[in-house]
Amino acid sequence: MELQITIFGQLTDITGTNLIRVPAVSTTDELLAALKQQYPALGTAKFVVAVDKKIIQGNTELAANSSIALLPPFSGG
Amino acid sequence: MQQRGTIQERYHRQVLLKEFGEQGQQRLAEAKVLVLGAGGLGCPALLYLAAAGVGTLGIVDFDTVSMSNLHRQVLFGTEDIGQLKVLVAEQKLKAINADINILTYPAKLDTALCLELFDSYDIILDGTDNFATRYMVNDACVLLQKPLVYGAVSRFEGQVAVFAADRNAVNYRDLFPQPPVEGEVLNCAEAGVLGVLPGIIGSMQANEVIKWITGMGELLKNQLYTYHALYNQHMTVELSVVEENRKWMPKNEQEFLSTNYEWLCGIGVDAKEIDSKQLEALIAQEKLLVIDVREEGQLPEISFVEHVKMPLSGLKEQLHTIDADTVVFICQSGKRSLQAANWLAEINTRINIYSLKGGVLNWKTYKQ
Repeated sequence: MELQITIFGQLTDITGTNLIRVPAVSTTDELLAALKQQYPALGTAKFVVAVDKKIIQGNTELAANSSIALLPPFSGG
Repeated sequence: MQQRGTIQERYHRQVLLKEFGEQGQQRLAEAKVLVLGAGGLGCPALLYLAAAGVGTLGIVDFDTVSMSNLHRQVLFGTEDIGQLKVLVAEQKLKAINADINILTYPAKLDTALCLELFDSYDIILDGTDNFATRYMVNDACVLLQKPLVYGAVSRFEGQVAVFAADRNAVNYRDLFPQPPVEGEVLNCAEAGVLGVLPGIIGSMQANEVIKWITGMGELLKNQLYTYHALYNQHMTVELSVVEENRKWMPKNEQEFLSTNYEWLCGIGVDAKEIDSKQLEALIAQEKLLVIDVREEGQLPEISFVEHVKMPLSGLKEQLHTIDADTVVFICQSGKRSLQAANWLAEINTRINIYSLKGGVLNWKTYKQ
């Protein structure tokens, strides 16, 4: 099983794409650790995580079909 | 003032809507909307709010029109270059609808001006272009309990939300509690923006304002709407109040007035900025290391000096490897390089550290 993660804004400079797939894990903490290993620059980037279209606070359980998004702030006008 | 018949004709197509009607038009006529920034977002928002018949429109912007504004700031034309944006905007909007009041504030928004202005308006539309101002505006709206229609763009993506719509509603700090420091996130001048994108996002902000005033439909309250222009993808995510994040906000107007938002964003910190001429003088030196901190693939390539590439996103891990007598950081507009210079200065007091003011873009101007 794989999880699909949608990448927004300038975070795609780090991932190189706006959709990435990683082997399934059961929590967002595990997911973020795996992502930061694969893309070290994510470690210092600013973003929030949405799971099933809700912004999460702290570690959150993931289901096999959870939709995940990483959203950075931007300020352009 | 025009005749009532003319007014009926002007707004006929929207008064026809049963959700809007005569009452909606009357509410718009009585409303006061403050638009912050007459830029990419502010221009389309102002056009539609003026055309729709919002009774009083305030516009805050200290800037003048420049050539690179014109691809997205659709209130302005080539002949307006060098003019104050608020004055050109007022003139163009009056030509569209002379029945509305337009108040212009050609000033840089600071905490005192926020408190002075926001109180006399019903709702605030944020079309500003930097984090320092956005956090200041957010905090002011929460303190004064003014609804804030937020919009932001970068490259092909936009965000829209309605913050502080009531006492229990979310605000920007529930999403991003603290501002990124200068250089951590690129602005439009550095990252680029497709001209039509702020047209779409600014129009959506105007739509939220009109819905709030007239009471039609549902607002993007406690939600963040995101849009991607290249793939027609949009997503609405739910936001909730995060009590813990509120500790970052000023508790009262006194605290707000004494908050230095630019400092919070790392602007104005002490690093040595040099211009192109000073860099040319430095290039003659031995043991000079020039570091391009832009992300991979950013153009134009630097051809005027030998350099190494260390993108800002991964720079912190590489700082300890930097060894030279003199280091000059370069980026697109001089902001990320200043951040890089400050980071290195924090861990190394031996190296002479500089940042090229105005970045690569400035160097090109100098060479022309």
